[in-house]
Amino acid sequence: MIIDSITDGIVIDHITSGMSMVLYKYLNLDKLTCSVAIIKNAPSSKNGKKDIIKIDRPIDIDVDVLGYLDPGVSVNVIKNGEIVKKFHPELPEKLVDVIKCKNPRCISQDEQELVHIFKLTDRENRIYRCIYCESKAK
Amino acid sequence: MRHLLDILDLSTDEIDSLISTACDIIDDPDKYAEKCRRKKLATLFFEPSTRTRLSFEAAMYELGGSVLGFSESSSSSTAKGESVSDTIKVVSCYADIIAMRHPKEGAPMVASMVSGVPIINAGDGGHNHPTQTLADLLTIYREKGGFEDLTVGLCGDLKFGRTVHSLINALSRYAGIKFVLISPDELKLPDYVTNNVLIKNNIPYEETTDLLEAMPKLDILYMTRVQKERFFNEQDYIRLKDSYILSPDKLIDAKEDLCIMHPLPRVNEISVAVDKDPRACYFKQVLNGKYMRMALILKLLEVE
Repeated sequence: MIIDSITDGIVIDHITSGMSMVLYKYLNLDKLTCSVAIIKNAPSSKNGKKDIIKIDRPIDIDVDVLGYLDPGVSVNVIKNGEIVKKFHPELPEKLVDVIKCKNPRCISQDEQELVHIFKLTDRENRIYRCIYCESKAK
Repeated sequence: MRHLLDILDLSTDEIDSLISTACDIIDDPDKYAEKCRRKKLATLFFEPSTRTRLSFEAAMYELGGSVLGFSESSSSSTAKGESVSDTIKVVSCYADIIAMRHPKEGAPMVASMVSGVPIINAGDGGHNHPTQTLADLLTIYREKGGFEDLTVGLCGDLKFGRTVHSLINALSRYAGIKFVLISPDELKLPDYVTNNVLIKNNIPYEETTDLLEAMPKLDILYMTRVQKERFFNEQDYIRLKDSYILSPDKLIDAKEDLCIMHPLPRVNEISVAVDKDPRACYFKQVLNGKYMRMALILKLLEVE
């Protein structure tokens, strides 16, 4: 399958196979007006299969979302058809308004316009906890 | 400006200092009778409570201050749909310090983010109850002379029992502490306490359902009530509420200097006959709670 290469924009590569639509949703890519290509199950020498997202416009990617949802991805920033920057998002220390607390007893369920904040409490096991009630992110 | 949301907001040195102030208040209450003159404490109880609210109010009155507030959310603007943030912004215009209880976990943290005056967490759902822990610590200090090398049995509802979580957090910072966690399987300690406090800090602990088997090794037995208000399902509450009832016959193998504690109110988990046992310390805890709240109010108001 051939997808045109992009001149100015972002390529999110090495997405875990099946995760591209999740990232698409959490990165709010549906709100973009430019071309966005989602390639699912592309061949990968490392994992057998991978997903790729190509965004045909330079945008600010929420790196924390990527680091939290799929820390193995690589982000390529393309300018004039060349890769000018490549990086791997790290597991963020804090997630702000990315996920919501599921604990029905948490104040964040009731308080209007409260920012939902989770802190990384166990890097090894990738555990985040709500700063208000300390419940584990699910 | 300092708040007290979690017992870990206080260092062990600060806890020692609060205990020292509380002991000084006990020795010479007159010295403190006017320390908070013209200061106002707001007690905002979005959830009913008798002893914690009265303890705060008594503490402020004994410091010469005054008290305003409400004792249930139906008599506040919350009933009209006001947010916690807005209530706190308003009340912090009237009071010098706020003690709040709220059924939702983390509500005092939300309050602390917008408040212009110190916030004291007087209990947030099943989460934290740091001033009860201060009462517990003063009781242990006065009964045992310190906090090191104690085997502490925690019995009953360890899942929703916020006093238990706060006490474990506080005692885990002292050397030689061991915990025996006695509960039905459904009310075991939540994993965030087991993992983040006990396992992370290499604190020895054992989990059991058998109170009698655990009894001989305990220096402290901390009983808790199975709280009806924490259950969504009444059948579960009825099934678990009588899991552990402490009666004099169950204390036969207990140490002679065992310290029996309970945050109160009790329903039936400690038989009234145990009250006569000199090892029963739960009414001493109530009094100690008032002294520690006095010491805390002085600290947060920065009154010398």
